[in-house]
Amino acid sequence: MEKPFNKILQEKILVGDGAMGTMLIERGLEAGRPPESFNLEKAAVLEEIARQYLDAGSDIVQTNTFGASALNLAVYGLEERTIDINRAAVLAVRKAVGDHAYVSGSCGPSGRLLKPYGDVEPERMFASFKVQLQALIDAGVDVICVETMSDIQEAVLAVTAAKDIKASVPVMATMTFNPTPKGFYTVMGVNIPDAAAALETAGADIIGSNCGNGIENMILIAEGFKKCTKLPIIIQSNAGLPQKRGSDFIYPETPGFMAEKSREFVKLGVSIIGGCCGTTPAHIKALRSMVDSMQRPSTV
Amino acid sequence: MEILDRISEMLQRGDTGKVSALVKESLTENIPAKQVLDGGLIRGMQVIGEQYRLHEIFLPDVLLAAKAMYAGMDILKPSFIKEGMPSLGKVVIGTVQGDLHDIGKNLVGIMLKGAGFEVIDLGNNVAPESFVETARKERASVIGMSALLTTTMPVMAQVVELLKAQRLVGTIKTIIGGAPVTKEYAQEIGADAYSFDSADAVETVKALVKPA
Repeated sequence: MEKPFNKILQEKILVGDGAMGTMLIERGLEAGRPPESFNLEKAAVLEEIARQYLDAGSDIVQTNTFGASALNLAVYGLEERTIDINRAAVLAVRKAVGDHAYVSGSCGPSGRLLKPYGDVEPERMFASFKVQLQALIDAGVDVICVETMSDIQEAVLAVTAAKDIKASVPVMATMTFNPTPKGFYTVMGVNIPDAAAALETAGADIIGSNCGNGIENMILIAEGFKKCTKLPIIIQSNAGLPQKRGSDFIYPETPGFMAEKSREFVKLGVSIIGGCCGTTPAHIKALRSMVDSMQRPSTV
Repeated sequence: MEILDRISEMLQRGDTGKVSALVKESLTENIPAKQVLDGGLIRGMQVIGEQYRLHEIFLPDVLLAAKAMYAGMDILKPSFIKEGMPSLGKVVIGTVQGDLHDIGKNLVGIMLKGAGFEVIDLGNNVAPESFVETARKERASVIGMSALLTTTMPVMAQVVELLKAQRLVGTIKTIIGGAPVTKEYAQEIGADAYSFDSADAVETVKALVKPA
């Protein structure tokens, strides 16, 4: 890595990584066990996955900590291990990528709902994120990625917690939107302008969207963000919703298709392009070639 | 009855306090609890389900309405002490083994409860044996399975196979759903039904439990 994360973004487009959950299931994640159980038991698997994404051309590789907030881990009786689980995930990715890629600390939703919709007080959720984020930052991540959020209040709590721990740590924050007749909304009813404004106010450095309903919708979502923020934008799309082809089920968006469509992100000025559910090292490799072919001349 | 209309209306607004007060009031007015449940609470939830389906409202409104519904049901419970809370039936739900996506499944749970079903939610990453065991022990009439990944869909077929092996097909019906799941797939694996969203799931489960 030539430069600190926030500096490099001004100079070139970065390529993220692809799916994690499907990779873990292929490598033996058992029923009833959280994906994060690998962090303590099978760190070598995490290293292998990270290396695959590095080899495919990812500039940023994420930690297996999507569900590693204290509240989430409590469901599996692992709350006490929150720090160890997050730390182990960072060390595994770092061991695999060294300084050839940035390590991004993934922080997904808590799995719980804030009052009045659910039973969790904001203070408790904040504290839960803080334990996780503190561990990720202490273990040496280059950037934090708050992702797949539906509730803007929850997203803001996570972003604020990260900045509270270390104001200089770059924070990416992405939400998941669905197309509705009234435009794009999260399941909790947040639209793009409201998401952008709240995430920016909370102190996020890079904002955008992940997961979703296929890359063509993501292009519209990226346009939506471009209209309402000056912050760098991150888009990590899934490979569409699975479809039936004959007797097989496939994610309809092939590496070639996604890479071709992702040209639109480059044209729109999106800063970070990566994958989500259904994307593989092959998708990242195709994306890498496309970005390299369009990358504006580097000054590095 | 005007008070039942008001219960339905306040439930749709997610006003737990008003719903509780009105339910108490209707009981003191000697309106049968069953009527309060069907004509007030469940009717209100039906409207909410329909509005959600049409994207007129979002999940937060559904959650608040469901909370108001549960508060109302708690007040009605003692009135049903002898015959037990009227239930349309017991449904065991979960996201299948290997799959961690549960927003859709949770929503189906809320809507089923709202319609008057008893719901046992096994969470996500649920093993096929766990679905069948729970349904058998709890004497549930329906198993509802959700999957978002193509790789995990075969687990649904395994549940149907287990039911066949234990001669429980027909006694315990199956319904499947989730983004990649189709009606054709349900037929292929021998599931009893398929549903495309949470509102539709309620209607489909109702049809499944209806005595033939």
